[in-house]
Amino acid sequence: MEPTRYPADGGTVPATEQRSELVLHLNGRAHTLTVDHRTTVLDLLREQVGLTGAKKGCDHGQCGACTVLVDGRRANSCLLLAVAQDGRRITTVEGLADGERLHPLQEAFLERDAFQCGYCTPGQLCSAAGVLAEAADGFPSHATPATADPAAPVALTAEEIRERMSGNLCRCGAYPRIIEAVADAAAHHGGTARPGGAAEHQEATP
Amino acid sequence: MSPDPFPLGPPAYPLGAPLVRREGREKVTGTARYAAEHTPLDCAYAWPVAATVARGRVTAVDATGALALPGVCAVLTHENAPRLAATGDPALALLQDDRVPHRGWYVALAVADSLEAARAAAAAVHVSYAAEDADVLLTAGHPGLYAPETVNGGYPGTRERGDFDTAFAAAPVTLDATYTVPPLHNHPMEPHAATAHWTGGRLTVHDSSQGSSKVCEDLAALFSLDPGDITVVSEHVGGGFGSKGTPRPHVVLAAMATRHTGRPVKLSLPRREMPAAVGHRAPTVQRVRLGAGGDGVLTALAHEIATHTSTVNEFVEQAAVPARMMYTSPNSRTAHRVVPLDVPTPSWMRAPGEAPGMFALESAVDELAVLLDIDPVELRMRNEPDTEPDSDRAFSSRHLIGCLREGAERFGWRPRDPRPGVRREGDLLLGTGVAAATYPVYVAPSSAEARATADGGFRIRVNATDIGTGARTVLAQIAAAALTVPEDRVRVDIGSSDLPPAMLAGGSMGTASWGWAVHKACMALRARLRDHDGPLPAEGLTAAADTRQEAAEGSPYARHAFGATFAEVQADTVSGEVRVRRMLGVYAAGRILNSRTARSQFIGGMTMGLGMALMEGSRLDPAFGDFAERDLAAYHVPACADVPRIEAHWIDEEDPHLNPMGSKGIGEIGIVGTAAAVANALWHATGIRVRDLPLTVDKILPRLRAAREGAG
Ligand code: FES
Ligand code: FES
Repeated sequence: MEPTRYPADGGTVPATEQRSELVLHLNGRAHTLTVDHRTTVLDLLREQVGLTGAKKGCDHGQCGACTVLVDGRRANSCLLLAVAQDGRRITTVEGLADGERLHPLQEAFLERDAFQCGYCTPGQLCSAAGVLAEAADGFPSHATPATADPAAPVALTAEEIRERMSGNLCRCGAYPRIIEAVADAAAHHGGTARPGGAAEHQEATP
Repeated sequence: MSPDPFPLGPPAYPLGAPLVRREGREKVTGTARYAAEHTPLDCAYAWPVAATVARGRVTAVDATGALALPGVCAVLTHENAPRLAATGDPALALLQDDRVPHRGWYVALAVADSLEAARAAAAAVHVSYAAEDADVLLTAGHPGLYAPETVNGGYPGTRERGDFDTAFAAAPVTLDATYTVPPLHNHPMEPHAATAHWTGGRLTVHDSSQGSSKVCEDLAALFSLDPGDITVVSEHVGGGFGSKGTPRPHVVLAAMATRHTGRPVKLSLPRREMPAAVGHRAPTVQRVRLGAGGDGVLTALAHEIATHTSTVNEFVEQAAVPARMMYTSPNSRTAHRVVPLDVPTPSWMRAPGEAPGMFALESAVDELAVLLDIDPVELRMRNEPDTEPDSDRAFSSRHLIGCLREGAERFGWRPRDPRPGVRREGDLLLGTGVAAATYPVYVAPSSAEARATADGGFRIRVNATDIGTGARTVLAQIAAAALTVPEDRVRVDIGSSDLPPAMLAGGSMGTASWGWAVHKACMALRARLRDHDGPLPAEGLTAAADTRQEAAEGSPYARHAFGATFAEVQADTVSGEVRVRRMLGVYAAGRILNSRTARSQFIGGMTMGLGMALMEGSRLDPAFGDFAERDLAAYHVPACADVPRIEAHWIDEEDPHLNPMGSKGIGEIGIVGTAAAVANALWHATGIRVRDLPLTVDKILPRLRAAREGAG
């Protein structure tokens, strides 16, 4: 059924009352696009730009499958109107790896078998990338002790990961493995050695 | 007894090895494409229009406003849609007449140049109805209930052995309790979607399906085409859990739209429409009566089900079937009654029959253990039958006791104070519970092809579907073991109806069915290679096999997988919230073919069972006739924070009466028994027996309060 037809109308259709031109930096590349004002970032990525990594699970901000990073912070792309994102840097799952070298989160998801069908996985990965950055920047969560130093990075315990990853549903039930995988990547992220060998029954609590 | 058809031996490399999923890299890099992620040139988008009355007729469809919107190319209704031939599934007779059998039934389809335009067009279609009174509520005494001949899976609707009534009346200890399971929804993360393209007399479809051979067959029948003119691809599928087992409305609508417009058409169902469109687990009202001697041995067992189906199709959730084989039961009655209501058509959801049936049976066994003051693990062991009670056939293997023993050991079941409501941690009450699990072994005919290529590689072709189970990987392992070659020399092609047809991914029989055909093809190829002299021809050597005969032969044995689930819960005496602290399952399911992906499947099933226990359920609204909880904001499935430590283990089970791999299915058993283990743990924590799933605050808090006031 290929070839696919990207970009469909990006850049070729003039701006009108219903459409506007904007620039989005997608995975490090600037795209000048003309978008229907009703188009969400998710639909723009999937239907017009050919970046189908971000998934549509609900289209209503209920599942997290569409999670991407907008200027480095995670967001549900189904809730963002593309027209309001002019100039932003958007990272999707396709932008996580460094060429052929996988992101430590991607490595950890593979090693821990932190997915089955894989449909929630791009959202889980982008969300986890957001979690690593948020924790490093000291963002507290519901699981952070009230006594924690507000200026210090938050240690990503299993409890913290569970709480912070709860916006990303996985119907295949890969949660225990996702927690382990994020903990592996967090250990890597924090500069400490990555725990070797998948300790299969153990809960990872760094 | 027949001789062992599959002699035991040391497991051949690399069966059982924890290989990483073959498509894993594509999934973590976002390059794996699912059904809605193909966008052919000139692709149009479809958006369905769902009926807003619970029953009646469409009197008029006014599409003028919709067609006037920019970018809209068509509105299909029962008046202009392509005619479909009748098939075995009347739920696929879409846009063929004016009848509305339930709310959410599709009455029109808008097609436009963009997703946004299609959605706007669907919203602008005005449908007028002649509404009729609807009945959507299942009750145990509904006058429309009748006893069906057979239930899902082809089992008889009713079975009687011995004399239940007399034995129950005579039993020194009896239990008579009614349990309910609400409608449940599969909600795979990938909504049902299809991209269809009709060109030059050929139909090509990317479908989110558990079995594209079946989709191809049904589309051919519906559109009166030769199956050879249709290709259905299901390369990556974002979960299904039964709801993508057979073609669902989305793929038929997409095919109609491409035929009508001549353009490729993409259709993805809105999440909120899925409960009415793709099947659900039907609610069940289950009366269980147990009679036992003082020693706990069952003398009488009755399990009677009332459930609903739609007026479109009869589907009967076979919830009383597991009671026919679980325990000693010389006097047994297991019966189903069903009432057709004005509701969406129910269908398969992970472990149909076993999941709701074992919630009731395993809760009842726990209640009996309390009455008898016998440890619930011990009580189950005392009721271990010598042969399958319903058929008197020998079990090919049955290691329920082994699962209970090992589970109790690993979980730390003992020492256990059986008294409820005595373990406190601040405001929390703690308790532990156990339940048994079972799932039948099925196998269905499949075909496969194995080729030795001139470059020294091997290529397996079989229309298996990987819905997240790791089918590609495990089939490569099976082929490598049969060919005695390293797994990385084996390429596996699956997920297209152009491949040798095979069983859909369902009934926990995918691996057994596909694997058997693959194994057979590989053995035939080995024989060909042995007889071949000199270098291979350029096209290689190929051997094909199918397992029609093997599957038809059946087995003289009763074949089932077993398991035991243990759970620890906490109940908050202030808020009434119940949470699972940890869960552990031990399974006996034949040989485990890939320990990494198998563990994920068991844990995934247990997680869905946790959802069934604590939060999942919807209600049919008697005024509007629809499910009140339709999307993921209202229908809660477990989130990461709901799922604590879950462990899955298994017993090495050698069973020579299964298939060449020695495997039983593992996709469903994890959900079975889990809800009962949690409910039983809740009783142990609080002394509150909740017989109606899910175990939500509204059912617990008033009783906790009453208990507190009673005590205070
Ligand atoms: S698709 Fe965006 S949250 Fe579900
Ligand atoms: S891997 Fe299937 S939904 Fe998460």
